Amino acid sequence: MKPKIAFYWCASCGGCEEAVVDLDEALLDVADAVEIVFWPVALDFKVKDLAAMPPGSILASFINGAIRNSEQREMVRLLRARSQVVVAFGICAQLGGIPGLANLSDAKGIFAEVYRDGVTPQTLYRENGHTLTLPEFFDTVAALDEVIDVDYYVPGCPPTPNLIRDAVSTLLGAELPPKGAVLAPDKALCEQCPRKDTRPEKLLLKEFKRVHQIVPDLQTCLLAQGLVCLGAATRAGCDARCIRGNMPCTGCFGPTSRVRDFGAKALSAVASVVDCNEQSVIAQIMDTLPDPVGTFYRYSLPSSLLGRRRME
Amino acid sequence: MPEAFEPKIVAFFCNWCTYLAADLAGTSRIKYAPNTRIVRVMCSGRVDPQFVLEAFAKGADGVLIGGCHPGDCHYQEGNYKALRRYELLRRLLNQLGIEDARFRLEWISAAEGDRVRVVVDDMVEKLRALGPRTPAYRREVA
Repeated sequence: MKPKIAFYWCASCGGCEEAVVDLDEALLDVADAVEIVFWPVALDFKVKDLAAMPPGSILASFINGAIRNSEQREMVRLLRARSQVVVAFGICAQLGGIPGLANLSDAKGIFAEVYRDGVTPQTLYRENGHTLTLPEFFDTVAALDEVIDVDYYVPGCPPTPNLIRDAVSTLLGAELPPKGAVLAPDKALCEQCPRKDTRPEKLLLKEFKRVHQIVPDLQTCLLAQGLVCLGAATRAGCDARCIRGNMPCTGCFGPTSRVRDFGAKALSAVASVVDCNEQSVIAQIMDTLPDPVGTFYRYSLPSSLLGRRRME
Repeated sequence: MPEAFEPKIVAFFCNWCTYLAADLAGTSRIKYAPNTRIVRVMCSGRVDPQFVLEAFAKGADGVLIGGCHPGDCHYQEGNYKALRRYELLRRLLNQLGIEDARFRLEWISAAEGDRVRVVVDDMVEKLRALGPRTPAYRREVA
Protein backbone atom coordinates (compact mmCIF):
# COMPACT_ATOMS: atom_id res chain seq x y z
CA MET A 1 0.00 0.00 0.00
CA LYS A 2 1.34 3.43 -0.93
CA PRO A 3 1.96 5.97 1.83
CA LYS A 4 -0.82 8.53 2.19
CA ILE A 5 -0.15 12.26 1.81
CA ALA A 6 -2.35 15.29 2.49
CA PHE A 7 -2.05 18.94 1.46
CA TYR A 8 -3.88 21.80 3.09
CA TRP A 9 -3.79 25.60 3.00
CA CYS A 10 -4.60 28.12 5.68
CA ALA A 11 -3.93 31.88 5.49
CA SER A 12 -1.87 31.95 2.32
CA CYS A 13 -1.92 33.26 -1.24
CA GLY A 14 -1.97 29.92 -3.10
CA GLY A 15 1.64 30.26 -4.17
CA CYS A 16 2.66 27.19 -2.17
CA GLU A 17 0.01 25.13 -3.98
CA GLU A 18 1.38 26.50 -7.26
CA ALA A 19 4.85 25.46 -6.17
CA VAL A 20 3.66 21.84 -5.86
CA VAL A 21 2.19 21.98 -9.38
CA ASP A 22 5.47 23.59 -10.54
CA LEU A 23 7.18 20.26 -9.90
CA ASP A 24 6.05 19.53 -13.50
CA GLU A 25 6.84 15.93 -14.50
CA ALA A 26 8.35 15.25 -11.10
CA LEU A 27 4.83 15.64 -9.70
CA LEU A 28 3.89 12.46 -11.61
CA ASP A 29 6.73 10.60 -9.87
CA VAL A 30 5.49 11.89 -6.53
CA ALA A 31 1.93 10.91 -7.43
CA ASP A 32 3.19 7.41 -8.34
CA ALA A 33 5.01 6.98 -5.07
CA VAL A 34 2.20 8.18 -2.79
CA GLU A 35 -1.55 8.26 -2.50
CA ILE A 36 -2.95 11.77 -2.11
CA VAL A 37 -5.90 11.50 0.27
CA PHE A 38 -6.72 15.16 0.86
CA TRP A 39 -5.95 18.26 -1.23
CA PRO A 40 -8.88 20.69 -1.35
CA VAL A 41 -7.28 22.99 -3.94
CA ALA A 42 -6.84 20.27 -6.55
CA LEU A 43 -8.95 17.24 -5.64
CA ASP A 44 -12.48 16.71 -4.43
CA PHE A 45 -12.28 15.43 -0.87
CA LYS A 46 -14.52 16.50 1.97
CA VAL A 47 -13.73 17.14 5.60
CA LYS A 48 -15.86 14.12 6.55
CA ASP A 49 -13.55 11.88 4.45
CA LEU A 50 -10.62 13.12 6.49
CA ALA A 51 -12.49 12.80 9.78
CA ALA A 52 -13.36 9.18 8.96
CA MET A 53 -9.69 8.14 8.63
CA PRO A 54 -8.07 6.37 11.59
CA PRO A 55 -5.52 8.35 13.65
CA GLY A 56 -2.01 8.26 12.18
CA SER A 57 -3.21 6.84 8.87
CA ILE A 58 -1.65 9.67 6.84
CA LEU A 59 2.13 9.48 6.53
CA ALA A 60 2.62 13.22 6.06
CA SER A 61 0.48 16.35 5.88
CA PHE A 62 1.94 19.36 4.09
CA ILE A 63 0.27 22.43 5.54
CA ASN A 64 0.90 25.88 4.10
CA GLY A 65 -0.30 29.26 5.33
CA ALA A 66 -0.53 30.94 8.70
CA ILE A 67 -3.38 30.45 11.19
CA ARG A 68 -5.67 33.45 11.39
CA ASN A 69 -9.17 32.03 12.05
CA SER A 70 -10.90 29.25 13.97
CA GLU A 71 -11.68 27.16 10.88
CA GLN A 72 -7.97 26.88 10.06
CA ARG A 73 -7.25 25.95 13.66
CA GLU A 74 -9.89 23.21 13.56
CA MET A 75 -8.61 21.81 10.25
CA VAL A 76 -4.96 21.64 11.26
CA ARG A 77 -5.88 19.97 14.55
CA LEU A 78 -7.80 17.34 12.59
CA LEU A 79 -4.89 16.84 10.18
CA ARG A 80 -2.47 16.56 13.10
CA ALA A 81 -4.57 13.80 14.65
CA ARG A 82 -4.67 11.84 11.36
CA SER A 83 -0.97 12.26 10.46
CA GLN A 84 2.28 10.66 11.54
CA VAL A 85 4.27 13.67 10.32
CA VAL A 86 3.22 17.30 9.87
CA VAL A 87 5.31 19.51 7.61
CA ALA A 88 4.98 23.30 7.84
CA PHE A 89 5.21 24.02 4.14
CA GLY A 90 6.34 27.49 3.14
CA ILE A 91 7.28 30.46 5.26
CA CYS A 92 3.70 31.42 6.27
CA ALA A 93 3.25 28.08 8.03
CA GLN A 94 6.81 28.18 9.35
CA LEU A 95 7.05 31.75 10.68
CA GLY A 96 3.74 33.47 9.90
CA GLY A 97 4.69 34.95 6.54
CA ILE A 98 3.21 38.01 4.89
CA PRO A 99 -0.27 37.44 6.40
CA GLY A 100 1.53 37.78 9.74
CA LEU A 101 2.07 41.50 9.10
CA ALA A 102 -1.61 41.77 10.08
CA ASN A 103 -0.23 41.55 13.62
CA LEU A 104 0.50 45.26 13.26
CA SER A 105 -3.27 45.62 13.63
CA ASP A 106 -6.08 43.50 15.12
CA ALA A 107 -9.45 42.08 14.05
CA LYS A 108 -11.32 45.29 14.81
CA GLY A 109 -8.77 47.46 13.01
CA ILE A 110 -8.70 45.22 9.95
CA PHE A 111 -12.50 45.04 9.68
CA ALA A 112 -12.74 48.81 10.05
CA GLU A 113 -10.23 49.26 7.23
CA VAL A 114 -11.67 46.63 4.87
CA TYR A 115 -15.41 47.05 5.40
CA ARG A 116 -15.39 50.75 6.34
CA ASP A 117 -18.94 51.56 7.41
CA GLY A 118 -20.44 48.50 5.73
CA VAL A 119 -21.64 45.25 7.24
CA THR A 120 -18.90 43.44 9.10
CA PRO A 121 -18.78 39.62 9.30
CA GLN A 122 -20.42 38.16 12.41
CA THR A 123 -19.51 34.76 13.83
CA LEU A 124 -23.16 34.11 14.67
CA TYR A 125 -26.28 35.38 12.90
CA ARG A 126 -29.90 34.44 13.56
CA GLU A 127 -32.74 35.09 11.12
CA ASN A 128 -36.19 33.50 10.95
CA GLY A 129 -35.22 30.69 13.26
CA HIS A 130 -32.14 29.89 11.19
CA THR A 131 -28.63 30.16 12.57
CA LEU A 132 -25.66 31.05 10.38
CA THR A 133 -22.09 30.81 11.62
CA LEU A 134 -18.73 31.99 10.33
CA PRO A 135 -15.29 31.14 11.69
CA GLU A 136 -13.90 33.49 14.31
CA PHE A 137 -11.40 35.96 12.85
CA PHE A 138 -8.48 36.19 15.28
CA ASP A 139 -6.76 39.36 16.46
CA THR A 140 -3.40 37.66 16.12
CA VAL A 141 -2.00 35.61 13.24
CA ALA A 142 0.05 32.59 14.34
CA ALA A 143 2.62 30.32 12.77
CA LEU A 144 1.57 26.67 12.52
CA ASP A 145 3.71 25.38 15.39
CA GLU A 146 1.97 27.69 17.81
CA VAL A 147 -1.24 25.75 17.17
CA ILE A 148 -0.16 22.16 16.61
CA ASP A 149 2.98 20.09 16.96
CA VAL A 150 5.10 20.40 13.78
CA ASP A 151 7.73 17.83 12.76
CA TYR A 152 9.50 19.51 9.84
CA TYR A 153 9.70 22.84 8.09
CA VAL A 154 10.14 23.62 4.41
CA PRO A 155 10.92 27.35 4.08
CA GLY A 156 10.34 29.72 1.21
CA CYS A 157 7.80 32.02 -0.39
CA PRO A 158 7.17 29.63 -1.97
CA PRO A 159 9.50 26.63 -1.49
CA THR A 160 11.47 25.96 -4.66
CA PRO A 161 10.88 22.77 -6.72
CA ASN A 162 14.30 21.32 -5.76
CA LEU A 163 13.57 21.83 -2.11
CA ILE A 164 10.14 20.17 -2.39
CA ARG A 165 11.55 17.18 -4.28
CA ASP A 166 14.26 16.74 -1.67
CA ALA A 167 11.75 17.07 1.17
CA VAL A 168 9.45 14.42 -0.29
CA SER A 169 12.28 11.97 -0.93
CA THR A 170 13.65 12.61 2.58
CA LEU A 171 10.27 11.76 4.07
CA LEU A 172 9.92 8.63 1.94
CA GLY A 173 13.49 7.59 2.78
CA ALA A 174 14.56 5.13 5.46
CA GLU A 175 16.09 7.63 7.84
CA LEU A 176 14.10 10.65 8.97
CA PRO A 177 15.91 13.84 9.98
CA PRO A 178 15.68 14.92 13.65
CA LYS A 179 12.31 16.35 14.64
CA GLY A 180 12.07 20.09 14.18
CA ALA A 181 14.53 20.14 11.27
CA VAL A 182 14.25 22.79 8.58
CA LEU A 183 14.67 20.90 5.32
CA ALA A 184 17.09 23.37 3.68
CA PRO A 185 20.84 24.13 3.99
CA ASP A 186 21.81 25.61 7.36
CA LYS A 187 23.95 28.47 6.05
CA ALA A 188 23.45 32.05 4.92
CA LEU A 189 22.33 32.90 1.40
CA CYS A 190 25.42 35.10 0.88
CA GLU A 191 27.46 31.88 0.75
CA GLN A 192 25.45 30.68 -2.26
CA CYS A 193 25.20 34.08 -3.91
CA PRO A 194 26.62 34.35 -7.43
CA ARG A 195 27.76 37.89 -6.55
CA LYS A 196 29.52 37.01 -3.29
CA ASP A 197 33.01 37.80 -4.63
CA THR A 198 31.96 41.40 -5.27
CA ARG A 199 30.97 41.96 -1.66
CA PRO A 200 33.61 44.25 -0.13
CA GLU A 201 35.52 43.01 2.92
CA LYS A 202 34.26 46.01 4.87
CA LEU A 203 30.93 47.15 3.53
CA LEU A 204 30.07 50.77 4.33
CA LEU A 205 27.06 52.79 3.16
CA LYS A 206 26.01 56.41 3.57
CA GLU A 207 22.42 55.85 2.43
CA PHE A 208 19.97 53.11 1.56
CA LYS A 209 18.14 52.96 -1.73
CA ARG A 210 14.84 51.36 -2.64
CA VAL A 211 14.41 49.13 -5.66
CA HIS A 212 12.51 51.72 -7.69
CA GLN A 213 15.21 54.34 -7.21
CA ILE A 214 18.12 52.72 -9.03
CA VAL A 215 18.82 50.26 -11.81
CA PRO A 216 21.30 47.99 -10.07
CA ASP A 217 24.38 46.69 -11.82
CA LEU A 218 23.96 43.03 -12.75
CA GLN A 219 27.21 41.73 -11.27
CA THR A 220 27.84 43.65 -8.05
CA CYS A 221 26.64 42.75 -4.55
CA LEU A 222 23.24 44.44 -4.16
CA LEU A 223 23.86 45.55 -0.58
CA ALA A 224 27.07 47.22 -1.74
CA GLN A 225 24.90 49.13 -4.23
CA GLY A 226 22.75 50.44 -1.37
CA LEU A 227 19.78 48.09 -1.65
CA VAL A 228 18.63 46.39 1.55
CA CYS A 229 19.52 42.79 0.67
CA LEU A 230 18.96 40.41 3.59
CA GLY A 231 21.07 37.55 2.21
CA ALA A 232 23.49 37.77 5.14
CA ALA A 233 20.74 36.90 7.63
CA THR A 234 18.67 34.54 5.46
CA ARG A 235 18.91 30.78 5.10
CA ALA A 236 20.22 29.47 1.79
CA GLY A 237 18.39 26.98 -0.41
CA CYS A 238 16.64 29.18 -2.98
CA ASP A 239 19.60 29.26 -5.41
CA ALA A 240 19.57 33.05 -5.05
CA ARG A 241 16.65 33.37 -7.45
CA CYS A 242 15.77 36.96 -6.58
CA ILE A 243 19.40 38.06 -6.87
CA ARG A 244 19.65 36.39 -10.27
CA GLY A 245 16.60 38.47 -11.18
CA ASN A 246 18.48 41.57 -9.95
CA MET A 247 16.25 41.96 -6.90
CA PRO A 248 17.50 42.02 -3.30
CA CYS A 249 16.76 39.17 -0.87
CA THR A 250 13.74 39.92 1.34
CA GLY A 251 14.35 36.99 3.69
CA CYS A 252 11.65 34.49 2.70
CA PHE A 253 13.73 31.47 3.78
CA GLY A 254 13.84 32.70 7.37
CA PRO A 255 16.88 32.46 9.65
CA THR A 256 19.49 29.75 10.10
CA SER A 257 19.23 27.43 13.12
CA ARG A 258 21.45 29.66 15.26
CA VAL A 259 19.09 32.64 15.20
CA ARG A 260 15.95 32.97 17.32
CA ASP A 261 14.52 36.20 15.87
CA PHE A 262 15.04 36.79 12.17
CA GLY A 263 14.14 40.49 12.15
CA ALA A 264 16.55 41.32 14.96
CA LYS A 265 19.44 39.65 13.17
CA ALA A 266 18.59 41.16 9.80
CA LEU A 267 18.31 44.59 11.41
CA SER A 268 21.66 44.10 13.08
CA ALA A 269 23.30 43.12 9.79
CA VAL A 270 21.89 46.14 7.97
CA ALA A 271 22.64 48.64 10.77
CA SER A 272 26.26 47.50 10.87
CA VAL A 273 27.01 48.70 7.32
CA VAL A 274 26.07 52.31 8.06
CA ASP A 275 29.22 54.38 7.62
CA CYS A 276 28.79 57.12 10.20
CA ASN A 277 29.43 57.80 13.87
CA GLU A 278 27.33 60.94 14.26
CA GLN A 279 23.95 60.27 15.89
CA SER A 280 21.98 62.87 13.94
CA VAL A 281 23.41 61.69 10.61
CA ILE A 282 22.84 58.03 11.51
CA ALA A 283 19.22 58.95 12.24
CA GLN A 284 18.94 60.57 8.80
CA ILE A 285 20.35 57.46 7.13
CA MET A 286 17.94 55.21 9.05
CA ASP A 287 15.10 57.43 7.86
CA THR A 288 15.81 56.16 4.35
CA LEU A 289 14.43 52.80 5.60
CA PRO A 290 10.77 53.78 5.86
CA ASP A 291 9.25 50.58 7.23
CA PRO A 292 11.56 48.56 9.52
CA VAL A 293 8.91 45.99 10.54
CA GLY A 294 7.83 45.42 6.93
CA THR A 295 11.48 45.18 5.88
CA PHE A 296 12.91 42.95 8.58
CA TYR A 297 9.82 41.00 9.69
CA ARG A 298 8.26 40.69 6.25
CA TYR A 299 7.84 36.92 6.72
CA SER A 300 8.29 36.37 10.42
CA LEU A 301 6.38 38.79 12.67
CA PRO A 302 4.12 36.17 14.37
CA SER A 303 7.11 33.99 15.31
CA SER A 304 9.28 36.90 16.41
CA LEU A 305 10.08 37.50 20.07
CA LEU A 306 7.39 40.16 20.40
CA GLY A 307 4.96 38.52 17.98
CA ARG A 308 2.80 41.49 17.26
CA ARG A 309 2.18 45.16 17.83
CA ARG A 310 1.06 45.90 21.35
CA MET A 311 -2.74 45.88 21.51
CA GLU A 312 -4.50 48.96 22.87
CA MET B 1 -5.61 51.41 46.94
CA PRO B 2 -3.76 49.54 44.21
CA GLU B 3 -0.02 49.30 44.76
CA ALA B 4 2.08 51.91 43.00
CA PHE B 5 3.39 50.71 39.65
CA GLU B 6 7.07 49.85 39.87
CA PRO B 7 8.58 49.63 36.39
CA LYS B 8 11.13 46.93 35.69
CA ILE B 9 14.16 48.03 33.69
CA VAL B 10 16.66 45.64 32.17
CA ALA B 11 19.96 47.52 31.96
CA PHE B 12 22.85 46.33 29.81
CA PHE B 13 25.96 48.10 31.12
CA CYS B 14 29.35 47.81 29.48
CA ASN B 15 32.17 46.35 31.53
CA TRP B 16 34.57 49.27 31.05
CA CYS B 17 32.49 52.39 31.64
CA THR B 18 28.87 52.25 32.68
CA TYR B 19 29.16 49.19 34.90
CA LEU B 20 32.08 50.84 36.71
CA ALA B 21 29.98 53.99 37.02
CA ALA B 22 27.21 51.95 38.66
CA ASP B 23 29.87 50.45 40.94
CA LEU B 24 31.11 53.93 41.80
CA ALA B 25 27.55 55.02 42.53
CA GLY B 26 27.38 52.13 45.00
CA THR B 27 30.68 52.80 46.75
CA SER B 28 29.84 56.52 46.88
CA ARG B 29 26.51 55.62 48.53
CA ILE B 30 24.55 57.44 45.86
CA LYS B 31 20.88 56.55 46.11
CA TYR B 32 18.96 55.79 42.94
CA ALA B 33 15.75 53.99 42.08
CA PRO B 34 16.02 50.21 42.66
CA ASN B 35 14.14 49.37 39.43
CA THR B 36 17.02 48.23 37.27
CA ARG B 37 18.23 44.67 36.78
CA ILE B 38 21.78 45.23 35.57
CA VAL B 39 23.33 42.82 33.11
CA ARG B 40 27.06 43.32 32.65
CA VAL B 41 28.24 42.93 29.07
CA MET B 42 31.77 43.41 27.77
CA CYS B 43 30.70 46.21 25.43
CA SER B 44 27.51 48.05 24.46
CA GLY B 45 28.28 46.71 20.97
CA ARG B 46 27.73 43.21 22.36
CA VAL B 47 24.04 43.94 22.93
CA ASP B 48 22.29 41.91 20.25
CA PRO B 49 18.87 43.37 19.32
CA GLN B 50 17.53 39.93 20.28
CA PHE B 51 18.51 40.67 23.92
CA VAL B 52 16.42 43.84 23.87
CA LEU B 53 13.42 42.15 22.26
CA GLU B 54 13.61 39.24 24.65
CA ALA B 55 13.65 41.58 27.65
CA PHE B 56 10.50 43.28 26.37
CA ALA B 57 8.91 39.94 25.46
CA LYS B 58 9.48 38.72 29.02
CA GLY B 59 7.80 41.74 30.55
CA ALA B 60 10.42 44.47 30.97
CA ASP B 61 8.87 47.94 31.02
CA GLY B 62 12.07 49.49 29.74
CA VAL B 63 15.50 48.60 28.43
CA LEU B 64 18.54 50.76 29.09
CA ILE B 65 21.88 50.32 27.34
CA GLY B 66 24.90 52.02 28.89
CA GLY B 67 28.22 52.38 27.09
CA CYS B 68 31.40 54.46 26.94
CA HIS B 69 31.31 57.97 25.51
CA PRO B 70 31.97 58.30 21.75
CA GLY B 71 35.70 57.94 21.17
CA ASP B 72 36.24 56.19 24.50
CA CYS B 73 35.19 52.63 23.61
CA HIS B 74 37.59 50.05 25.00
CA TYR B 75 37.22 48.24 21.68
CA GLN B 76 37.45 51.43 19.56
CA GLU B 77 34.13 51.13 17.71
CA GLY B 78 31.72 49.02 19.79
CA ASN B 79 29.65 51.91 21.07
CA TYR B 80 29.21 53.24 17.52
CA LYS B 81 27.87 49.84 16.50
CA ALA B 82 25.47 50.02 19.43
CA LEU B 83 24.39 53.49 18.34
CA ARG B 84 23.64 52.42 14.75
CA ARG B 85 21.60 49.44 15.91
CA TYR B 86 19.83 51.54 18.51
CA GLU B 87 18.65 54.10 15.95
CA LEU B 88 17.16 51.39 13.74
CA LEU B 89 15.78 49.21 16.54
CA ARG B 90 14.12 52.23 18.14
CA ARG B 91 12.17 52.79 14.92
CA LEU B 92 11.16 49.14 14.71
CA LEU B 93 10.00 49.13 18.34
CA ASN B 94 7.90 52.25 17.70
CA GLN B 95 6.04 50.37 14.98
CA LEU B 96 5.36 47.58 17.45
CA GLY B 97 3.91 50.01 19.98
CA ILE B 98 6.94 50.44 22.24
CA GLU B 99 7.55 54.13 22.89
CA ASP B 100 10.95 55.86 22.80
CA ALA B 101 10.96 56.41 26.57
CA ARG B 102 11.08 52.62 27.08
CA PHE B 103 14.29 52.13 25.15
CA ARG B 104 17.27 54.27 25.95
CA LEU B 105 20.96 54.41 25.08
CA GLU B 106 23.24 56.44 27.36
CA TRP B 107 26.95 57.13 27.44
CA ILE B 108 28.18 57.02 31.03
CA SER B 109 31.90 56.96 31.80
CA ALA B 110 33.49 55.16 34.76
CA ALA B 111 33.82 58.48 36.60
CA GLU B 112 30.15 59.44 36.29
CA GLY B 113 28.58 57.63 39.22
CA ASP B 114 26.05 60.37 39.74
CA ARG B 115 25.02 60.22 36.08
CA VAL B 116 23.75 56.65 36.72
CA ARG B 117 21.44 58.08 39.35
CA VAL B 118 20.21 60.85 37.07
CA VAL B 119 19.54 58.54 34.13
CA VAL B 120 17.90 55.70 36.08
CA ASP B 121 15.74 58.02 38.20
CA ASP B 122 14.63 59.92 35.12
CA MET B 123 13.81 56.74 33.22
CA VAL B 124 11.83 55.29 36.13
CA GLU B 125 9.86 58.50 36.41
CA LYS B 126 9.01 58.49 32.69
CA LEU B 127 8.04 54.80 32.75
CA ARG B 128 5.79 55.39 35.73
CA ALA B 129 4.02 58.09 33.77
CA LEU B 130 3.61 55.73 30.79
CA GLY B 131 2.25 52.89 32.92
CA PRO B 132 2.76 49.14 32.57
CA ARG B 133 3.84 48.13 29.11
CA THR B 134 1.97 45.01 28.18
CA PRO B 135 -1.66 44.60 28.77
CA ALA B 136 -1.51 40.92 27.77
CA TYR B 137 -3.06 40.55 24.36
CA ARG B 138 -5.28 37.65 23.51
CA ARG B 139 -3.55 34.87 21.61
CA GLU B 140 -6.62 32.96 20.54
CA VAL B 141 -4.80 29.92 19.26
CA ALA B 142 -2.84 28.91 22.33
